[in-house]
Amino acid sequence: MDRIPILKMGPYLLVTIQVDLYDRLALTLENDLISMVSKTGARGVLIDISAVSIVDSFMGRILGNIASMSRIMDAETVVVGMQPAVAITLVELGLTLQGVYTALDVEKGMELLQNKIGIIENPEDEDEEVPNDDID
Amino acid sequence: MNNTAQLLQNNKKRILETWMQNQLADEALRDDLISNEELRRQSEDLLSGLASATATGNTENIYAPEYESVVEILSDISITRARQGFSPRETGMYVLSLKRAISSVMEEKMADQPEQLYKELNTLHGLLDNLSMITFDTFIKGREEVILRQNDEINEISTPVIRVWEGILALPIIGTLDSARTQVVMENLLQEIVNTGSSIAILDISGVPAVDSLVAQHLIKTVSATRLMGAECIISGIRAEIAQTIVHLGIDLSNINTKATLASALQVAFSMRGVEVRKTNKGSALSLLK
Repeated sequence: MDRIPILKMGPYLLVTIQVDLYDRLALTLENDLISMVSKTGARGVLIDISAVSIVDSFMGRILGNIASMSRIMDAETVVVGMQPAVAITLVELGLTLQGVYTALDVEKGMELLQNKIGIIENPEDEDEEVPNDDID
Repeated sequence: MNNTAQLLQNNKKRILETWMQNQLADEALRDDLISNEELRRQSEDLLSGLASATATGNTENIYAPEYESVVEILSDISITRARQGFSPRETGMYVLSLKRAISSVMEEKMADQPEQLYKELNTLHGLLDNLSMITFDTFIKGREEVILRQNDEINEISTPVIRVWEGILALPIIGTLDSARTQVVMENLLQEIVNTGSSIAILDISGVPAVDSLVAQHLIKTVSATRLMGAECIISGIRAEIAQTIVHLGIDLSNINTKATLASALQVAFSMRGVEVRKTNKGSALSLLK
């Protein structure tokens, strides 16, 4: 497999990584994705890494780069389906993927993207006070 | 074949009887932990092993192949006893009382040749001292295994992941967070997030006695890992003195959601999930309205 397919779904781009990323493949993905964002004017990018079992610092950086580049082009990036072992490895490597949104699965990731884009168009207060007179 | 070996071979029964008597006479023997038959069987095995090992003429080097079975029997007894909760003294006495039994039989048989008796007793003592060292070694090893296993169990038990609401997990941490425990906590939490599909995790540290920079670093790691999984993490149960230490140590927890009590963390979690809890007219029953 030489390329990772990028699917367009409405205003979103969908990437499902089914193989372990080696460096060249990751760079190709970064390239393809950014040109797709500019070509389609996508508002959100969803990257599913649930099938990825090994990450290294390079891949962590690529994910970060994709997020920053997309943001410049007005698209939010959500990484979904990270395995616990992968998360622990990234934390141990000191990579916390600042600026990348994460979600547990594709469904939640889609919801998050919709919210993020919705919030930009129509800002609402997230820290709403809860009536607390009933909890005791 | 030297004299000791011969003596052991010929008087096996006699020695065993004396030995058993010695053991049973010991007031410290606890027959609730081991039955007399079991004790007799063990002792007989050991004695036969010893007799056949000394028959080769080797009474010095207990690491030689002929002593393999003796060492094995002793280690088995010692480890079993360690697990059963015998004291080291009891286990040590087991071997040392064999020494007394053999030497008393020896004295009887060789009363007319004191020089020979002295030599033989010396050899015997050397041999049995070595054997009792092995007993102690394996006893301690057995105890250590028990301690390690208990340690693992405590780690496992003391970090339960509780599902407090749909999509909300709570993790009360009790005891100090060191690197090994952080790893266990993190793994349990992340796995449970995957299993339940939860999006909010509350780390409650009311049971953590002290927070130093290392513990704080471990907490931050756990929070980061949870975020990478796509869940939000709230730290609750921060007491006044812990807040003080954190600020004095210059630890930055500003980009982590922190709350003083589990109740307030739960409220935040509810509001994040859009859940509302309010009183109904039916007495004190709580009802949930979305």
